[in-house]
Amino acid sequence: MSMPFYVAPEQMMKDRADYARKGIARGRSLVAVAFADGILLCAENPSRMLRKISEIYDRIGFAGVGKYNEFDQLRIAGVRHADLKGFSFSREDVDARSLANQYAQMLGQVFTHEMKPMEVEILVAEVGKDLDGDQLFHIQYDGTLVDEQGFTVLGGDAEAIRGRLSQAFEVGASLDGAVAAAVNALAGQDRRLGNADLEVAVLDRGVDHRAFRRIVDDELEALLPSEPATKPEPEPEPASTDVESAPESAADPS
Amino acid sequence: MLPSFSPADDPGPDFGALVRRVGLAAPPVDVSADPNAITHGTTCIAVRYADGVVMAGDRRATSGNWISHRTIEKVFPADRYSGVAIAGAAGPAVEMVRLFQLQLEHYEKVEGSHLSLEGKANQLSQMIRNHLPAAMSGMAVVPIFAGYDLKRGVGRLFQYDITGGRYEESDYAATGSGSMHAATVTKLGFRPGLTRDEAVDLAIHALWQAADEDSATGGPDLIRKIFPVIATITAQGFQRLGDEELEERSRALISEIEERRGVTS
Repeated sequence: MSMPFYVAPEQMMKDRADYARKGIARGRSLVAVAFADGILLCAENPSRMLRKISEIYDRIGFAGVGKYNEFDQLRIAGVRHADLKGFSFSREDVDARSLANQYAQMLGQVFTHEMKPMEVEILVAEVGKDLDGDQLFHIQYDGTLVDEQGFTVLGGDAEAIRGRLSQAFEVGASLDGAVAAAVNALAGQDRRLGNADLEVAVLDRGVDHRAFRRIVDDELEALLPSEPATKPEPEPEPASTDVESAPESAADPS
Repeated sequence: MLPSFSPADDPGPDFGALVRRVGLAAPPVDVSADPNAITHGTTCIAVRYADGVVMAGDRRATSGNWISHRTIEKVFPADRYSGVAIAGAAGPAVEMVRLFQLQLEHYEKVEGSHLSLEGKANQLSQMIRNHLPAAMSGMAVVPIFAGYDLKRGVGRLFQYDITGGRYEESDYAATGSGSMHAATVTKLGFRPGLTRDEAVDLAIHALWQAADEDSATGGPDLIRKIFPVIATITAQGFQRLGDEELEERSRALISEIEERRGVTS
């Protein structure tokens, strides 16, 4: 008869956390920035089809990093929760705080009780009528729920990106300014992120009904920070970016 | 709790199935309703024109021979590029519209893409079909669905019957108690490629004549400033007309009728 080994609870939690963090660190990062006219959600994502950022409800957006199938499952659960709540009560009664709490409960439950923790970090953002009303809830793989102010960073390289973003961040910036800050923070010193590497959406403060809007193609191109003046034309990205856009990575934008 | 399902049991992007799964669906109707006790909404029409479709509905709701509401709305956006107009038992009709709107929105959010216009029309057809038992007990709901088909670049409209039968119309459609008169006026004034202004005026005229003949259809109320709900659905989406424009057009119609009858003020 086999005897289970004793593993100290501290060790077990640490192992699970390491496992989840490793999974999350493999993927590319994502930032959210509150600006004058809404909340900007900006992710590094080479896939056009598999989204990291999406709409939950009228003023609520969702973003996830890590394992695609896991955060997408959470996204759909969130859409269902919001739509059912709006259906049985009223559209005004659907709020980000309650949804973020539900997510935190679910992730916490999975972290302690399931075979493996979810390798995801998610963001629930709700745009307010003014900057003070904006809410950014950052939820980690173990259910830790953080209420962030102004901006937040999710994903593997979060600390470095947070450092860069906190320098560039301005309260009440324009959309251009917010995009520039977000993209430069994601890219870092020696990379340039183009249209094809990014997934960008806003929760538009001025829209009454469904505030979520994707920014794509020409509109995105026009918002991207211009290149350092040395290059005349936007050129094919260096080899590292080509590798990132390869089909195998596009199959899972983690 | 967040709703979560096993893959085999997952309702997918179907909001109706989700509502049933979590037990929020309305119980089936098994009594015959007294038609005089139920609020009914009446006449709606939809007309195709050059850029899309105009939808219009009067504002009256009746219970038997009572006017129960003067400002009910029967024309709703279904999503950005489509609209639905309802006639029949007002309670179930408004509920059906609400579910239909959510069905489209839910699909769009879960799947990350729009349903085709045809797909939306079929969804509504199924909802009417599911409502058949209630329709047989006196709570029929008969909508019109119209939308701008982004793939084909044209406005399209669909008529239904109480069994969920779906019939695409090329020119115009009407539903409700005043529909016979409204449809006749529309039929006489219709030609392919109407302009927006012509189509809107035709819709106002059709509802006027329906209200003139049918007690359950309300005409424009210039004292209370109640005008029909009229919306255009084009490549720019669903746009409801403002009351100022409707008042102006209604007054123009009235003076035209007065002139024809030789009334001098």
